[in-house]
Amino acid sequence: MTPLLKVENLSIAFRTRNGEVTALHDVSFEVGAGEVVGVVGESGSGKSVSAYTTIGLLDQAGRVAGGSVSYDGKPLLGQQRPLRGREISMIFQNPRAALNPIMTVGQQLSDVLKRHALAGRTDAKSKAIDLLRQVQINDPEERYNAYPFELSGGMCQRVMIALALACSPRLLIADEPTTGLDVTTQKTTMDLMRELTRARGMSVVLITHDLGMAAEYCDRIVVMEKGRVVESAPVRQLFTAPRHPYTQKLIAASPGPDSRLEDLTRGQLEAPAKITPTPQNRPGPDRLLEVVNLVKEFPRRGTGFFGRKPAPFRAVDGISFELRRGESLGLVGESGCGKSTTSSIIARLQDATSGSVIFDGHDILHHPAQRFAKMPQRGQVQMVFQDSHDSLDPRWSAADVIAQPLRRIMGMKDAGELSRRTAMLAEMVGLPGELLSRYPHQLSGGQKARVNIARAIATDPLLLILDEPTSALDVSVQAVVLQLLDRLRRELGMSYIFVSHDLNVVRLLCERTIVMNRGKIVEEGSAEQVLHAPRDPYTQKLVAAIPHFEPEKLRVS
Amino acid sequence: MEKLSRIFGRIVQAVPPVFGVILITFLLTRALPGDPAVFFAGLMADEDTIAQIRAELGLDHSLPVQFLYYLRDLLHGDLGNSLSTGRPVLTELMSRLPASLELTLAGLLLSMAIAIPLGVLAATRPGSWVDHLCRVLVTAGVSLPTFFTGLFLIYIFYYLLGWAPSPLGRLDFLYLSPPQVTGFYSIDAALAGDWEVFWASLRQMILPAITLSLFALAPIARMTRAAMLAALSGEYVRTARANGLGGARVIWVYAFRNAALPVLTTLGMVFSFLLGANVLVEKVFSWPGIGSYAIGALVASDYAAVQGFVLCMALLFVVVNLFIDVVLTLIDPRIGLES
Repeated sequence: MTPLLKVENLSIAFRTRNGEVTALHDVSFEVGAGEVVGVVGESGSGKSVSAYTTIGLLDQAGRVAGGSVSYDGKPLLGQQRPLRGREISMIFQNPRAALNPIMTVGQQLSDVLKRHALAGRTDAKSKAIDLLRQVQINDPEERYNAYPFELSGGMCQRVMIALALACSPRLLIADEPTTGLDVTTQKTTMDLMRELTRARGMSVVLITHDLGMAAEYCDRIVVMEKGRVVESAPVRQLFTAPRHPYTQKLIAASPGPDSRLEDLTRGQLEAPAKITPTPQNRPGPDRLLEVVNLVKEFPRRGTGFFGRKPAPFRAVDGISFELRRGESLGLVGESGCGKSTTSSIIARLQDATSGSVIFDGHDILHHPAQRFAKMPQRGQVQMVFQDSHDSLDPRWSAADVIAQPLRRIMGMKDAGELSRRTAMLAEMVGLPGELLSRYPHQLSGGQKARVNIARAIATDPLLLILDEPTSALDVSVQAVVLQLLDRLRRELGMSYIFVSHDLNVVRLLCERTIVMNRGKIVEEGSAEQVLHAPRDPYTQKLVAAIPHFEPEKLRVS
Repeated sequence: MEKLSRIFGRIVQAVPPVFGVILITFLLTRALPGDPAVFFAGLMADEDTIAQIRAELGLDHSLPVQFLYYLRDLLHGDLGNSLSTGRPVLTELMSRLPASLELTLAGLLLSMAIAIPLGVLAATRPGSWVDHLCRVLVTAGVSLPTFFTGLFLIYIFYYLLGWAPSPLGRLDFLYLSPPQVTGFYSIDAALAGDWEVFWASLRQMILPAITLSLFALAPIARMTRAAMLAALSGEYVRTARANGLGGARVIWVYAFRNAALPVLTTLGMVFSFLLGANVLVEKVFSWPGIGSYAIGALVASDYAAVQGFVLCMALLFVVVNLFIDVVLTLIDPRIGLES
């Protein structure tokens, strides 16, 4: 039987300012009828490029340098135009941006149906509503007239699926379809996609960086690294007996519910810095931080001129917890649960509506957030932000970034002293000294994360608040950064509040975990207990939604 | 319903700027050097006559009281009398405004008809000859001042080639102006069925309209090209393509409708610029519009006329931008819902 899609020795080159760069080298893989193939790899591995070439949407700078793609036994390259939508379709990441912002979702669906002559003017609307019903959108008649900005991310992705499946194609390419969605939304979206494609006997190419998701939803997995296919095997075989060293590295680096921190790099811990800072003896109460009845409200948009103001939205709804000196606490929940608001109030970047935050014996909420930058406690509470690229000033070199808090908060003036201290901090976070003169765009994701960590620990803080510091990083880089953070905490005697949506990551780094939902704490306990024996129904749902890839749990298929 | 309330809200928002414009024109003319009462009285007047005229004009009151009088007069449609002609400023402006509007709109429509397709073509074929042509036209349009292009066109097409009629006003003296309905000669002539006059008025309009459109071409073409490039590389265009939608539909319905939003905003600004550029073009082509009227008034220190002109232009700005905003609200469902 000929496979539905056959990619043979495909090479793709991109024209750049520095001449041609080959993005794909002799890539070959097949997708059988009804098969779900996962294409897995880290950023820059060429997994998306191969998908875009297949559907014929490759960037204009790219060109096929060799090889071929055949669909249903016929050559495909250059012939995709009439097949798009009808035979092959694609769904993308960031569904809200991938839908036309000024057209209703119903119109967009009707457009595709009409284009492929599957509906005329009269029945386009009813068929579009029917499609919306198939992707389990509530009140499809009403949602037909909704604009993408009026729908949640998960709903938009369902509309995307409806668009892609509108003309019953035989091959669906899904490019990171759930990146940026919450775990529970991710699960319902992926389950829906699996159900619909299975019912239609479709083949699926699932492009993802998430090994757990690939394991959960694919029959076979193709692993790519730097534009090459390094391994291709059925799911079970790939996870139980990975052959290629890169596959082994990738599997080890993906945190599972039972993995330990040192397992992530297969026991090869990063060489510790030559400078081992002496943990300072920091007298003070054992209870470093106490949050009491913290409330943060945001006003809602008013209704008309004299209409009564609607009740404000409570992002944080009266939460209380404590943090001991040197302890590491995970703050877990889905988007909108209030975890980031809580962390930025504790970091004194935002004011609270009521409640108190007692840090090292003083209520720091007494001082408005705007003035906190001038207070001595500023250096004691520091933050590492989510996006390591956007949180760096593009015009500042790494050394400038790290030296800034030394200058502003520690009041260091002497240039020699500054550069000595900056070099020491870089060494502590494992940033090679020659990179200090570079600007953010010249640094890799992992290096930028290190710069941010060095900046945060420059003032020798007692408390470090980490807001999803690794969510944008590739798993192998994440593994190393997590190990670095763990080592720094023990060596410097800091306390962590680690904000994350990923329970597996939190468990690796934190002793205790708080689970938040709708501004309230729903569960609190050791990270092990929360992950393995969740008590609260919401936590149970959250844990169940995490895609797993432990061999023993893999479904037999 | 929600849209209507948003449009109403936008109209309400236009009130403060209008009031601000009235206040500023009032203060500006009061701040001008020279005493209007002395002007009115003439050279031979004695102190008593001047004081009497001052009282007649209401200039002996305090500024706030004068402003209230001014507002009351405005509400009655009274912009005062022109010093030089003695006629009410409102009548003069109203008789000249259609001439300016006809020319400006003709110039704007002409430049839109060229610039928008050009920008779209340039964006769909970056690096092609259309793209280069677009770049050349944009550069030329930005760098050539309107009075120069106007004189240049007159030199070539009237003086050297003799194709264009003499650049003297809205209609050759051989023809009688059509019965007034809209004040736009071309439309009025068409309404009256007088095609000879219709063509004659168009012929008169061609050169000044081209002059204006060359000026307006640059920002419109550049904005169209940039907005189309952004829209075409947008993720929703990629989705449309991935679902098999064809070239024309993707370009015009998916990309262009989104690109039209910034282009429309630019159009509002360009229209305002054109009203300003008009002043020079009208002078060059002896066009009897409000621009040439304002220059005359300014030279003659005719403060009521200048005040009326500034007010009229400012109101046009506000109305045009209000109109554009309402159109944007109708196209873009997201407007007014952020934050």
